[in-house]
Amino acid sequence: MITLEGVSKVFTSHGQQVCAVDDVSFDVAEGELVVLIGPSGSGKTTTMRMINRLETISSGRIMVNGRDLRSLDVVELRRGIGYVIQQGGLFPHFTVADNVSVVPRLLGWSGDRRRQRAHELLDLVGLPPDRFADRYPRQLSGGQQQRVGVARALAADPPIILMDEPFGAVDPITRKQLQRELRRIQAAVQKTIVFVTHDIGEAFLLGDRIVLMSDGRVVQDATPADLLRHPADPFVTAFIGEDRGVRSLQFTLLGEIAEPGPADTRANGVALPGSLTIIEAARELGKRGPGAGAGFWISDEEDQPTGYLSYQRFAAVLGDTIAGDHTAEHASEGTDGIPH
Amino acid sequence: MRIGGGDPLEFIDYIRENQDVFLRLLSEHVQLTLLSVLIGIAIALPLAVLASRIDLLAKPLTWVAAIGQTVPSLAVLALMLPFLGIGFRPSLFALTIRAILPIFLNAYVGIRSTDRAVVDAAQGMGTNGAQLLLMVELPLATPVIFAGIQTATVQNIGLATLAAYIGGGGLGDWILQGLAMVDYPVLLAGAVPVALLAITAEVTMGGVRRLVVPEGIR
Repeated sequence: MITLEGVSKVFTSHGQQVCAVDDVSFDVAEGELVVLIGPSGSGKTTTMRMINRLETISSGRIMVNGRDLRSLDVVELRRGIGYVIQQGGLFPHFTVADNVSVVPRLLGWSGDRRRQRAHELLDLVGLPPDRFADRYPRQLSGGQQQRVGVARALAADPPIILMDEPFGAVDPITRKQLQRELRRIQAAVQKTIVFVTHDIGEAFLLGDRIVLMSDGRVVQDATPADLLRHPADPFVTAFIGEDRGVRSLQFTLLGEIAEPGPADTRANGVALPGSLTIIEAARELGKRGPGAGAGFWISDEEDQPTGYLSYQRFAAVLGDTIAGDHTAEHASEGTDGIPH
Repeated sequence: MRIGGGDPLEFIDYIRENQDVFLRLLSEHVQLTLLSVLIGIAIALPLAVLASRIDLLAKPLTWVAAIGQTVPSLAVLALMLPFLGIGFRPSLFALTIRAILPIFLNAYVGIRSTDRAVVDAAQGMGTNGAQLLLMVELPLATPVIFAGIQTATVQNIGLATLAAYIGGGGLGDWILQGLAMVDYPVLLAGAVPVALLAITAEVTMGGVRRLVVPEGIR
């Protein structure tokens, strides 16, 4: 859907040429959430801003759906790409509903249609429209403002969304909540998302793929699991942190390691939502005590069972990972085929 | 000669006795002020928008506006005498020049100091230049722009008294007359209404301001 080919960005600052982004290439597939991560000054935000042409490309090219960005009208392009920024950037003189409706308004939707869409989206991001639609941004908390920012980006149903540290300015508890909500929303809307952050935990939690940048270059482009298993160089290892095993438990979801279960045990037994991380699941099981049967069900949002995990395999995943050498996925390979 | 001693409110009697003249002078004064401010807005606002869009223009325009502000109004009147003669029009010209700077500077600063995150978001969502200006920058700058207009108005109510020097009319007529003849009631009959006019303008515009500024940023 989005392809960057040898993209560079050179700024001139005080007569000096500074290369902010240096020969960056990667793809973002349709429906994929790719996290751009790196320390500040690594060029991740500049890279993202070149996708909606808020920064011009110095060399290389960016293709969206096979078309070179430069061949597209910049205003049209931006209206087709959702954009969420750290400070919210809500219009202070617009109500929440009007803020959500900015792009529909630019696209000339009727008032009724805009309002209806705004209400839908406020519901989606957990802000009941009857309470929030007519408020002004200053009457909202930081977390609520970011929710409005996400709703605004979704308003005209753009296939692509760019998010620039969207949860960077809210407190840690709200951030965690917003991250989970985004995961839920993304499961529902399946947008192609480029997400910039410097928080490695956030990257693991949200990313289908992580592009790690440093000094304007891509250091590694991999799935979260591969990044943990095979860090490309010491920089990656240092950036991810030392406790890789424990980290992987924090960021591996039950849903990711679920297996098809035996048909006959469906009726009884413990069920846990697939959106829990392995650590959370362990805590949850600890609280409930051992249930009947040799494993537990993993359910989706509607409480429908989607998979199964035996206690034996679950323990293997936990134990092997904490031992340090392997990640969850790796460890589980050895115990395949033993659901009971 | 009526120096001191007399009733300090004697000027009220003077106004009452010369009601027709008073109303004419008041009307001239208000016209000078209003017209100069309105023309000032018509010139300064587009210039401010231009300066906010074209960086190269910002400095020269600010300089010109500042020069307009520093040249004494009396000097402008004197300088323009050969070209515009005397009376209402040269007075209006001088006052307009003085109205431009506060309105221009406030509007320019107001537009430029719009929250960068808001502007970035607006651009990222695909507003074109005019939409960015009309939907975001101008509405958000209204408190500052309006403050500039308020300053210019109150300032010009005071400055309009100088119009009397070149036969431009206004309440300055009585002030000059009172000064020349050391006649305090006449002087006060000009000066007190000017002061009241300024206060009235300040208060009224404070009310208007509340109507003009968008709800979310009040």
